[in-house]
Amino acid sequence: MASPGNSEIKYLTPIAVDIKKKKYCRFKKSGIKYIDYKDADFLLKFVNEQGKILPRRITGTSTKFQRKVAQAVKRARHLALMPYVADLLK
Amino acid sequence: MSKQYETVFIMTPVLSDDQMKEAVSKFEKYLLDKGAQILFSDNWGLRKLAYPIQKKSTGFYHLIEYIADGKIINDFEISFKRDERILRFLTVSLDKHAVAYSEKKRLARVAAQAAKSNV
Repeated sequence: MASPGNSEIKYLTPIAVDIKKKKYCRFKKSGIKYIDYKDADFLLKFVNEQGKILPRRITGTSTKFQRKVAQAVKRARHLALMPYVADLLK
Repeated sequence: MSKQYETVFIMTPVLSDDQMKEAVSKFEKYLLDKGAQILFSDNWGLRKLAYPIQKKSTGFYHLIEYIADGKIINDFEISFKRDERILRFLTVSLDKHAVAYSEKKRLARVAAQAAKSNV
C-alpha cells in the first residue's frame, strides 16, 4: 500500500555501501623477512605506472617493511632492473 | 670481523663470452687473493637495462656472494670503478634475514641443477 506520505524507495539491487576492507601488511602476514632488490617483478607491485613508490596508505604495508620496500626499489633502480622514470609501466 | 656481502655488477654488452668470463674471474681472483670466501657466483646473462647507461641498452649481469672482511670492500669497489668494462655495480652487506634468504635461494638453484644433470 503505497501511501503518498510513506514513500520508501526500493532498489532492485542493494546499494553498494563501502564496507572498508581492512588493509594488512603482506610481509607480516606471509612471514617474509627480507625483500630482495634483485626480484624486480615482485617490486613492481609497490610502484605505480610511473615507477614511483606507492605510499603505505595504498599498499597497507607496515612502516618497518615500507622502509625495506623503498630501499629495495632504490637498489633495483640503481642496477637498472627498474626504471627511475617511466610511463605505462603496467 | 667477516661478514657476508653480495655484489651485482653490469658489464658492457660489447664483450665476447670469453672476455666476459675473463672479467668475472679477474674480480673473483681479487676476492680470493684478499682472503674472501666465495659462496656463489651467478651469471644472469645478457639482460635489457631499464634505462640506458653509457648509451648501452643491454648488459651482462653477474652476482657474487662472498664472506669477507669489511676492510677489503672499499678497494674491491675501487677496482670496479677503474674497470672500463663495468657499467654499474652494487655491493650490499647481508643481514641475518638476507643471509637466510640467499642461502635458501642458492640451495634451490643447486638442487635444480642437480636434478637437471640427473635427467
